[in-house]
Amino acid sequence: MTDSSVTERSVVLSARNIGKRYGLGCDACEEETGPDRGTNVCPRCGSIIALRGVSFDLREAEILGIVGESGSGKSTLVQCIYFDVEATSGELRLRDHDPNDDVLRLARNRKRRIRASLMGMVYQNPLRGLRVDITSGANVAEKLLEAEVFHFARIRARAGELLAKTEIPASYIDALPRTLSGGMQQRIQIAKALANNPPLVLLDEVTSGLDVSVQARVLDLIRELQHELAISLIVVSHDMGVIRLLADRTMVLKNGCVVEQGLTDQILEDPQHAYTQLLVHSTL
Amino acid sequence: MSLRDLLPAAGAFRYNFAFMDEGAKREVRRALLKAVAIPGHQVPFASPELPIARGWGTGGLQVTMSLIGPDDVLKIIDQGCDGSVNAVNLRKLLVATTGVRTTFDSRESTLLQSRHRLPEIPMTEGQIAVLQVPLPEPLRLVEPSEVETRRMHAEGDYARMWVSLYEDVVQNGAISLAAGYPCRVNGSYIMSPSPLPRWDLPMLNQASHLTLLGAGREKRVYAVPPHTSVRPLEFDDLPFEVESFAGLSCARCGSTGTFLDEIYDERTGKPSRVCSDSGFCDLVQAGVVPAKGAPHD
Repeated sequence: MTDSSVTERSVVLSARNIGKRYGLGCDACEEETGPDRGTNVCPRCGSIIALRGVSFDLREAEILGIVGESGSGKSTLVQCIYFDVEATSGELRLRDHDPNDDVLRLARNRKRRIRASLMGMVYQNPLRGLRVDITSGANVAEKLLEAEVFHFARIRARAGELLAKTEIPASYIDALPRTLSGGMQQRIQIAKALANNPPLVLLDEVTSGLDVSVQARVLDLIRELQHELAISLIVVSHDMGVIRLLADRTMVLKNGCVVEQGLTDQILEDPQHAYTQLLVHSTL
Repeated sequence: MSLRDLLPAAGAFRYNFAFMDEGAKREVRRALLKAVAIPGHQVPFASPELPIARGWGTGGLQVTMSLIGPDDVLKIIDQGCDGSVNAVNLRKLLVATTGVRTTFDSRESTLLQSRHRLPEIPMTEGQIAVLQVPLPEPLRLVEPSEVETRRMHAEGDYARMWVSLYEDVVQNGAISLAAGYPCRVNGSYIMSPSPLPRWDLPMLNQASHLTLLGAGREKRVYAVPPHTSVRPLEFDDLPFEVESFAGLSCARCGSTGTFLDEIYDERTGKPSRVCSDSGFCDLVQAGVVPAKGAPHD
């Protein structure tokens, strides 16, 4: 999917200068943190600059990979986009929402509606994205109900359809996720994320907790579904293998800043930034 | 001067009108005003001490005491009946501290305090229904944290309430909640309509009267103002239904369109059905009003 037509497709999500700071911040934060300083903790005020000035466009049916070490801000970035974490600064616009709205500044009930109908999220730990005390079917139903689909038979049919698509046996629709294996829980999470046919799905280290054979199946599934449904994905991973397999384009984060971005093949074959070189060579 | 000098002389001491002191009443009324202004929204209040235990109707009693005046006509029912223990005791307390006139005829009452039922004869403009509420928070079923439920109400985040209904249908083939069925008030907040049976919910929708709900133990009041929509949650393809008493009728008054209680005869052990609303049943038997036919249609 790395053909030139990608650049002609419409921009589904446009992020500008996304920043996230934990702490009060001071004049020195900007100067004293970032990849050049090798830290994101401000030495003067102790604030953590988790993200700074992250900008990118995500086009229709494009897969954007985000790599970086622990604490580089990968997860914080997708959590800001999914409104789990409130971004301190920046703007976010969505193609399928009023383009005049910076969705980061909307009231929480409106963010909730956008999240329900226009986004899906798959967390590293399925227990974060699922409720273990309600059935698999109900977990998928929750996403539909959030988007105000109140037709029982339709909800039931859609849940069955999605579980089939994610290769969950039909009899598990009324099983509790806590009785299922990690790989299956992860696939239920994917089913839930896809419930409303969102144009955008965020995947945060989806395969990190799974054993290698299951990882391969989940990655295959993601690739197939992405191809079939033409959704845009943001894939966060510290695993260059996952990025190589999935991402059209890749963004490298370090200490909360983008140090390099470009086509995945380019980044993997000819990394420019010293940190990217380290990352690529340490995994190959 | 000793403390004794400050106290009223022996025998001169009287309770304030309607037991509660005026400051405490005013505090409850302020909470009620806010509750009426925001239909279905739970407003915290102080829930002052009363000579009955919390959980025995204190919420309703505090609301009634803060509103009642000497000209009010009071009706108190428990499970639809004027004669059950809780109703009798609350009535005695209110009569002893106010001296107001009481009635069993819901049409005469200006203030009607109830646990679990609304009267069969729809209430009219100017009447106030006060309901005693054990559990005011409809989301408590799905979320134990109060901080979280308040956020959910504020954001209209009701998906988990709906999920519990979905699971109920999956397990039982229908929504099995009998009392406290969650309702959407004025298209906004979800409210627990006290433990009213489903039967009474259509009477709350666009009602002419004011309904005030008080939870003494949980320290919350909320309200349904007149002419406000109260919609039970329902799936598009599984409409809300009231209890069915098809083929049954009241053994005392013959009504077929009322909410019926099952009573077992002490000697024969045989079950029979009687109107849950004893005041209505008495009126039918006295020939004052006609027996009620088929339900809500």
